[in-house]
Amino acid sequence: MHTLSLKELSDGLKARRFSSRELTRHYLDRIGAHDRALNSYITVTAERALAQADAADARLAAGEAGALTGIPLAQKDIFCTAGVRTSCGSKMLDKFVAPYDATIVRKLDGAGMVMLGKANMDEFAMGSSNETSFYGPVKNPWDLERVPGGSSGGSVAAVAAGLAPVATATDTGGSIRQPAALTNLTGIKPTYGRVSRYGMIAFASSLDQAGVVARSAQDAALVLQAMSGFDPLDSTSVERPVDDYSGALGKSLKGLRIGLPKEYFAEGLDPGARACIEAAVKVYEGLGASVREVSLPNAPLSVPTYYVVAPAEASSNLARFDGVRYGHRAEGVHTLEELYKRSRGEGFGAEVQRRIMIGTYVLSHGYYDAYYLKAQKVRRLIYDDFRRAFGEVDLVLGPTAQSVAFKLGDKTDDPVAMYLNDIYTIAANLAGIPAMSLPCGFHQGLPVGMQLMGNFFDEARMLNAAHQYQQATDFHRQWPKGFE
Amino acid sequence: MTDWEAVIGLEVHCQLLTKSKIFSGAATAYGAEPNTQADGVTLGFPGVLPVLNGEALRMAVTFGLAVGAQVAERCVFARKHYFYPDLPKGYQISQYELPIVAKGTLDIELDDGHGGVTHKTIGITRAHMEEDAGKSLHENYSGATGIDLNRAGTPLIEIVSEPDIRSAAEAVAYLKKLHQLVVYLGICDGNMQEGSFRCDANVSVRRKGEAKFGTRTETKNVNSFRFVEKAIEYEIERQIEVIEGGGRIIQETRLFNPDTGETKSMRVKEDANDYRYFPDPDLLPVVCSADYIERIRELLPELPDTKKVRFQKNYGLAAYDAGVLTGSRELADYYEEVVKLSGADAKLCANWVITDLLGALNKLGKEKYVDSGFVTIPASMLAGLLKRIADKTISGKIAKEVFEAMIAGEGDADAIIKAKGLVQITDESAIISAIDKVMAASPGQLAEYRSGKDKLFGFFVGQVMKATQGKANPDAVNRLLKEKLAG
Repeated sequence: MHTLSLKELSDGLKARRFSSRELTRHYLDRIGAHDRALNSYITVTAERALAQADAADARLAAGEAGALTGIPLAQKDIFCTAGVRTSCGSKMLDKFVAPYDATIVRKLDGAGMVMLGKANMDEFAMGSSNETSFYGPVKNPWDLERVPGGSSGGSVAAVAAGLAPVATATDTGGSIRQPAALTNLTGIKPTYGRVSRYGMIAFASSLDQAGVVARSAQDAALVLQAMSGFDPLDSTSVERPVDDYSGALGKSLKGLRIGLPKEYFAEGLDPGARACIEAAVKVYEGLGASVREVSLPNAPLSVPTYYVVAPAEASSNLARFDGVRYGHRAEGVHTLEELYKRSRGEGFGAEVQRRIMIGTYVLSHGYYDAYYLKAQKVRRLIYDDFRRAFGEVDLVLGPTAQSVAFKLGDKTDDPVAMYLNDIYTIAANLAGIPAMSLPCGFHQGLPVGMQLMGNFFDEARMLNAAHQYQQATDFHRQWPKGFE
Repeated sequence: MTDWEAVIGLEVHCQLLTKSKIFSGAATAYGAEPNTQADGVTLGFPGVLPVLNGEALRMAVTFGLAVGAQVAERCVFARKHYFYPDLPKGYQISQYELPIVAKGTLDIELDDGHGGVTHKTIGITRAHMEEDAGKSLHENYSGATGIDLNRAGTPLIEIVSEPDIRSAAEAVAYLKKLHQLVVYLGICDGNMQEGSFRCDANVSVRRKGEAKFGTRTETKNVNSFRFVEKAIEYEIERQIEVIEGGGRIIQETRLFNPDTGETKSMRVKEDANDYRYFPDPDLLPVVCSADYIERIRELLPELPDTKKVRFQKNYGLAAYDAGVLTGSRELADYYEEVVKLSGADAKLCANWVITDLLGALNKLGKEKYVDSGFVTIPASMLAGLLKRIADKTISGKIAKEVFEAMIAGEGDADAIIKAKGLVQITDESAIISAIDKVMAASPGQLAEYRSGKDKLFGFFVGQVMKATQGKANPDAVNRLLKEKLAG
């Protein structure tokens, strides 16, 4: 059952070939069998899942089921789930049981989806390898000695290994796309404002966006559809109708204009990965798309810009974790200052502390203009680059990551090397445009992802381009050994 | 002291009278059980987001228009960071570089020391929207501190004046005027005890004629008009003493102690927080269209100054009386209602409202006469009494008696007049008969009067009024008595 697409699962459920309870049980069994090796879940919510499955079965029996009713999923542990621990991968929230549901949790529950559990992640989504999680690193199903990418490492490992048919994820600088690329999945980060951020624990508010990791563009389209839409509880969500993503998947690519940003094919891109991307470009040409070079001259400034903006916002967003109302509180403290210092010192891991310090520094009196304000100006230039590019082309195509998955521990001692993992993905967050990663081949037996970036709210066109490619190729259908 | 001049600027935190908080649906009512009005947003739970309350914005714009300020087409919320247990998110959502209101003015009236008044215009630098913090409760927790977040997230506007104020008296005049205005506008309940209207005072001194400001201190926690006056006076004296003693003022925050009337240092500038302001990415810039601003302008009530001038002009009132009657919107409305319903002379109405009604309510100790007093004696009731004066049913003197009974809850004017038989005697024959009786009973006085002792006229008036239980029309008594006494 775990090799079926969401469409096939839905058809199976509706035809009563299997029940949601059986399907859920199947995934829970697989989690039991495989997750010790992968560590993709922080919390497995078996009882809750089976209760949701039963409710879904009742809806299916009553003929009231939608396209996702009865289908299990994993929720990244960054989304608040009422009554279920929501840790955000941090010791700080190890004992935090959210008192409310995130909007997307409410929406997906409402669609009848079954939550199997909460997926592992880098602490507060800060990381590119899932090695900063308080709950230990997640392993890549393609090679257990390698990282799955981050911060949505648990989400991708679970889906890649068939421990969930689909998972939610979030992307602040590449946290959906880079892990999707490293685990042979399709992951989409929609336009900023397309999916509500309410109930998603904030890392960098102006960059954070929720999305999906799935086994195909078709699967991703279904779940993204259910997650998207205006939310009055999120002032930055956009009041604009949601396109019919699944309905857009049949279109021909004839006449589609694809731009290859020359800055994305420069130094630093692994030749093996480059070969896969170039082959993919040929496939697109074969499908009728026209390809030309475009320039995003300010793209090389993405990483430094991001590492000012994101830590600045993070230092502010994480100020609420003070040990006073919820979360980790140090014991045996005598003064207020001690309470703050020790609760935060003990509750946050090293990477989170590093970013809080960077962020505090760049917002400090006397440094604000030189760092934060300057970064915002560069951000505008990056945005303008994309505006210009989308005047010439419909989609921008490039690599998602510089290379394939690296080994656990390889980059943990070198934060800057780790930060450079997101060199191709960050620009989309800074600009706010939708972007996705999809499998485009293998290098040294490991998956290579390519990235598509679209104009604002052009998710439908982007998903169709990914889908057409997946009709012509079978990379996305490959399974990691031992998990078939 | 006379060589010195004080330079004062005031920061006023004014709670806006919205039903719910500035960024969430939690209630704002005062006095609830601790933390019963704290929802997820108020508590700063992970993942929650702020959504601006449109009413708070409308009220801030209303204030800006009322002080003739510029209302920003685009204003921005910023985060102000500091750690404190009653600040749930570790930052306060406020406004920094782009506030909603800038460059307004407020005119104040000052006693000129010779029985007259002078006018002065105080600049308002800016007013910005922000959320209130919660409260730390240091009592009754045996060594621990309790946190009540009911107040956290209550909308405020912080109104910052220019350093245009030169004395404690001016500061109080400014504050009272501001207080009157925000209550008039219906954007603040003005309750200073409950903290709805709070003031911090920036004070410095310089030798007269000096162009440069001295180093200032900020005194916090001065939450009544009297405390503001005392705190500023204390601070001015303290600073002069320090400088004259060869010392130097350090920039610091001071706390006013209402029990001692003194201010003492709370923290010096070096310890001040670096608030690390930056635009709040959870809230989009607020755009106020010209249409939106115009719609709010159209809804502005008549402002106190305008009303006062109109009262002077339309009702022929003295400036002082017009000032008292326009002191609050409710009192002004009350007065106009009395004039309208009674048809009596507007000045007479003013006298009754100011002297009799407010006097009586003061005596009853009803500070909030506006609410409680007006229920005791609604405008229609007072108008009913004045109508009987106007139509000469009763004299002004009898009216006082009726009013006493009214206050005591004995009913409306007509009922009291009827029950007590107080209808004025205007029938001349009845008055003449009373005069005749008095003259007959006082032959000695009559003879003295007729022999030129004019002063005795008053005696006869008194006797006639006594004989008629005060009900005789005084004009008629005067006229008829003169005729009769002349013989």
